[in-house]
Amino acid sequence: MSEQAVSALPGAEATGVVTVREMGLQGMVSLRGDLAALGTVVMRLTGAEMPAVRAMTKGRGIQVAWMSPDELLILCDHGAADTLVADLTQAFEGQHHLALNLSDARAMFGLSGNASTLRDVLAKVTPADISALHPGEMRRTRIQQVAGAIWFETETEARVICFRSVAQYMFDLFTVSAKDGGAVGFNR
Amino acid sequence: MLTLTCPCCGISACETELAPGGEAHLKRFGPGSPDADFESYLFLRQNSRGVHFERWRHAMGCGKWFLAARDTATLEVFGTYSAQTTEPPADIIAAIRAKRPDWSPA
Amino acid sequence: MSTRLPQGGRLIDRSKTVKFSFNGKHMTGHAGDTLASALLASGQVIMGRSFKYHRPRGVMASGAEEPNALVNLGRGDSHEPNQRATVTELFEGLSATSQNHWPSLDWDIGEVNALLPRVLPAGFYYKTFIYPRPFWKHVFEPIIRRSAGLGRAPEHDARDPDRYEQFYAHTDLVIAGGGIAGLQAALEAGRAGARVILCEQTAHWGGRAPVDGVEIDGKPAETWINDAVQVLEKMDNVHLRLRCMVAGVYDHGYVIAYERVADHAPGTDAPRHRLWRIRTGQVIAATGALERPLSFPGNDKPGVMLASAVRDYAVNWGVSPGARTVVVTNNDDAYRTALLLADAGLSVPCIADARSESDGPLAQQARARGIRVMTNTGIAGVKGLRGVVGVQLCRQDGTGEVIEDVTCDAVAMSGGWSPVVHLWSHCGGKLTWDAERAFFRPDPSRPPTNQTGEGFVVCAGAADGALLAGDTMQNASTMARKALSALDFTSGAAVPSASAAEESPLLPVWIMPAGAGPKKRAKMWLDFQNDVKVSDVQLAAREGYESVEHTKRYTTLGMATDQGKLSNINGLAVLAQALDEDIPRVGTTTFRPPYTPISMGAIAGEARGEIFQPLRRTPLHAWHEANGAAWEPVGHWRRPYCYPRPGESHREAVNREITATRTSLGLLDASTLGKIVVKGPDAGRFLDMLYTNMMSTLKPGKCRYGLMCSENGFLMDDGVVVRLDDDSFLVHTTTGGADRIHAWMEDWLQCEWWDWQVYTANVTEQWAQIAVVGPKARAVLDKLGSDIDLSNDALPFMAWAEGRIGGFDARVFRISFSGELSFEIAVPASQGRALWDALLAAGAEFDATPYGTEALHVMRAEKGFIMIGDETDGTVIPQDLGLGWAISKKKEDYLGKRAQERTHMTDPGRWQLVGLETLDGSVLPDGSYALAEGINVNGQRNTQGRVTSTYFSPTLSRGIAMGLVVQGPERMGEVIAFNTTQKPARGEAPKTIEARIVSPVFFDPEGEKPNV
Repeated sequence: MSEQAVSALPGAEATGVVTVREMGLQGMVSLRGDLAALGTVVMRLTGAEMPAVRAMTKGRGIQVAWMSPDELLILCDHGAADTLVADLTQAFEGQHHLALNLSDARAMFGLSGNASTLRDVLAKVTPADISALHPGEMRRTRIQQVAGAIWFETETEARVICFRSVAQYMFDLFTVSAKDGGAVGFNR
Repeated sequence: MLTLTCPCCGISACETELAPGGEAHLKRFGPGSPDADFESYLFLRQNSRGVHFERWRHAMGCGKWFLAARDTATLEVFGTYSAQTTEPPADIIAAIRAKRPDWSPA
Repeated sequence: MSTRLPQGGRLIDRSKTVKFSFNGKHMTGHAGDTLASALLASGQVIMGRSFKYHRPRGVMASGAEEPNALVNLGRGDSHEPNQRATVTELFEGLSATSQNHWPSLDWDIGEVNALLPRVLPAGFYYKTFIYPRPFWKHVFEPIIRRSAGLGRAPEHDARDPDRYEQFYAHTDLVIAGGGIAGLQAALEAGRAGARVILCEQTAHWGGRAPVDGVEIDGKPAETWINDAVQVLEKMDNVHLRLRCMVAGVYDHGYVIAYERVADHAPGTDAPRHRLWRIRTGQVIAATGALERPLSFPGNDKPGVMLASAVRDYAVNWGVSPGARTVVVTNNDDAYRTALLLADAGLSVPCIADARSESDGPLAQQARARGIRVMTNTGIAGVKGLRGVVGVQLCRQDGTGEVIEDVTCDAVAMSGGWSPVVHLWSHCGGKLTWDAERAFFRPDPSRPPTNQTGEGFVVCAGAADGALLAGDTMQNASTMARKALSALDFTSGAAVPSASAAEESPLLPVWIMPAGAGPKKRAKMWLDFQNDVKVSDVQLAAREGYESVEHTKRYTTLGMATDQGKLSNINGLAVLAQALDEDIPRVGTTTFRPPYTPISMGAIAGEARGEIFQPLRRTPLHAWHEANGAAWEPVGHWRRPYCYPRPGESHREAVNREITATRTSLGLLDASTLGKIVVKGPDAGRFLDMLYTNMMSTLKPGKCRYGLMCSENGFLMDDGVVVRLDDDSFLVHTTTGGADRIHAWMEDWLQCEWWDWQVYTANVTEQWAQIAVVGPKARAVLDKLGSDIDLSNDALPFMAWAEGRIGGFDARVFRISFSGELSFEIAVPASQGRALWDALLAAGAEFDATPYGTEALHVMRAEKGFIMIGDETDGTVIPQDLGLGWAISKKKEDYLGKRAQERTHMTDPGRWQLVGLETLDGSVLPDGSYALAEGINVNGQRNTQGRVTSTYFSPTLSRGIAMGLVVQGPERMGEVIAFNTTQKPARGEAPKTIEARIVSPVFFDPEGEKPNV
């Protein structure tokens, strides 16, 4: 039924000092378990190394993010999430774990622009130290009034995920924060 | 506005990323326990002026609970540590003693 | 009269004229002017009226400390009161009006207050509040309200058109103040490699040094300042910010700074203000010092200014406050003003120096210039009503006998300087009294401390008491190195040598003349903004106020918008004198953030309009919106309350929705329902602890309703638990409960039963959930087609199945909150809208009717189902609600069980759930109390119960209600009375409504309807 599936804000985009885009359907699998014991299977199914604390690793079209001491987030194609969950569940048969497709529980945004301005826009909405965040790390934090996670794909391309129900809030928040005239000139 | 380092993910978190959970190391009393024990578990708190052990959840972050040893008057933080313990670990006790030689655990 | 000088003005561009208006009058200034300098240049000396006595007031200072020159700025949506003219940068089209005047600035009716000073003595409000009481409401308050208040609040329908934002920054070091001390500290820190944010509240670097004739390394200060800024700008680790005031210093190195980004340039696309939220390792407060006024009779008259401000206006803006200026002082610094005015070709008839001698280099220069220096001299009075026309000189050590009248049109006064220690004090730094120099300065042994218990603020330069330029520079380096060493940075470059003329010691002077009598003391102003005089503080002392904190509140000294920047020390000294105590023993008041007022816009930041608060939307939100849903907020969610058709009232819509659902087919967006997956070998054991009933025995494929209690025994959530497979459950919570219950679960798993093998995940938003309800529910699903056998035999009530329905990947739950045949269908959120559309299309022939939360509530009440938050309020246990069947007797323990063993919880006299039917069929008022005989100790009517839910039931065509009544279930059929809020007619008893106690299940008591 994936042809009827829609993301939270299909096609939403706004441009000011940076461009904000809703990224469409994104596969997200939550995997909880003893991380020390999951590495081999995760590598086999995703091609990605087990990430260190707060880190993200890359596999075959897949990224694996460390969420907490017993939780990973696996980013994959939206259509591949159910299969991945089934494969993980099978692989961990008999081993205490939890694998769930949570793709639709969330919305994902892309922010792109000049590396300094991009960081300035993010720094308007989160108490996290954005100047210390670099590609390869995911920062779960508060994004003004809601929870979210931020990472950089590259120095000029950031990703933000939040719960699907607050996607409009998140989009409006970044649209306002990225308005023309809003450059701060703090981050370098 | 406090900052506490979450021992579960290593982030030095701003108070607004955390949710407070009150006093740490309470012992739960269930069915059949004497009234006095139950009262103490449910209602009676140290409310210390000075060294205090407390629960925090990194709610806007990794989601994990952790414990903190803090001075409620000066807001000095002696350390944060795992929530999976029934009493403050030795290194936390030592860190407190180093700063508050007169202090002894209750 | 004040005027623009033919030359001078280092901050203005005389080639650029800027037009503005004041009280509707058109005026001009130059680019670089402040509103205050432009007004003075235009001859406008009176800028406002005082708060209490409505005395005419002119500008007194040149910066943030200004108490008098407060104006209303802008009009309509942009109107803002209480803006200080001294820090308002002039821009084209600026429109300002003065405050506290009625009917006009020049002639004010409130001035009569000043003729009756006994009307408003210190503590007036406290005294008058006491008695006679009626006088307050009917006599004093209306009059005072008319004339009191600073500024004018914006109109109620005004909407600020500007944009505001906040910004989080992380750094090693924040330096507050961009004078020579701040710049030097920044150079030290920048070279050492620390990350630095240097904030200066004005639009210019360098502070007072260029005005005060300071030389640095043999060159004018301005040259050094320009060089320093250039060097700093090139450093990658140093961030410079003008028009940015450090407003507050808080725990753990948290600093708030207030940047006025576009106040001086309205109309650009930049946000107006930006609130910086900074986490820093160390703070250097290089905030300078403020000059103190002298307390002599008439010191508040327009034309009496701080000596330093007179210098600032002349040097910075080429403005002179008067043609003949008398300087009155207790120190050498004010001589600089006299010399400067003389240099500008203006007349200085005399310098009245309170000290018995004055022979310092500056005094010698003044004498050499032919300026008359009079020692042991003070001012006994200022002549002129709306401006200065002369002063009366007297001996400082006398009672105020006039020795000479001097004609002048301005007075420059200096009572010495106070270090600006606010930022040191905000987070608990303590002060020490420097008796020799008569000021409080930071006590380095008692700094504000951070999370490691170490000091994290230092004051540098004048803020640390190093007032003379040479000391300032040295001190700035020393203190910067102290802060840097706390950050593990080292710095050691040579310190530039700064110099200015030597100064001889000041004489603390708190009252001028020292022996002034009561009449004179009643004309000596301490707090100009709140109209507090020397006599008020002395009255407070006589009335027994010993603590400065109490005196402050009693007299309102220092409580105006300037927070006593000019008045605190003078007031404190007067109090100490009156109490015959030392100043440090009387103590000082606490400085609290912000340093100067910051805008509400900056505090709110972007959180206004659509993003005032996050609004949670279900995947079907857009459909509800397009179809005219009336909304009900549930937590941050918006749920449709009902879907009124054109011309239909909400009540009519609700009744239609209920009838359609009961007779054919209703559809409900149930996506907001909390959904939590609980998985693991110990999942059943865990849920047995969480719920009052047994969940571990639930079979896969089945659903069970359950109750959750707090450890205090009170009901906190309810919902249906689904067993997905052997080791996993899906827990449904209330709409508002998902996050709370998930956190509750994690709390127990992480902090109490951490050895239990259970994982949880909040999957609420993964699923769109639609309740398909009514006699035609199965028919519409059959029409869509499914690979699940939906028959009652294969999928009975309280069972669930997974499969495909109408081509959707779905879970189907046979659960019902309406008492009808009901299938709740969950599909991934991305497919929710498509399923909703498909159900509407397929259901058209059955008159498929979307229904909202009100229909949901009425239908559940018709069935006697409880609602968390209606039947429960945090004091209700399941046993009160007839839910004993859902409390396991077999379990040794569950959360809340011990609490429910307490005697009060097992008291047979508890209020218990019943149904209520009014005798006349009307709807009981929500929240009504069931009346009992007699009255309680407070004289209130005794009660025996209350209404928890009450509705009109369209199904039964009458009012129905649920309520908690003393021993209710044992009193079936009894009629009891409920109160109403209807006002009784004169002489009649309050109206009550009679209702019969009945079963709470009003509809389909056998429960046959959902079981088909």
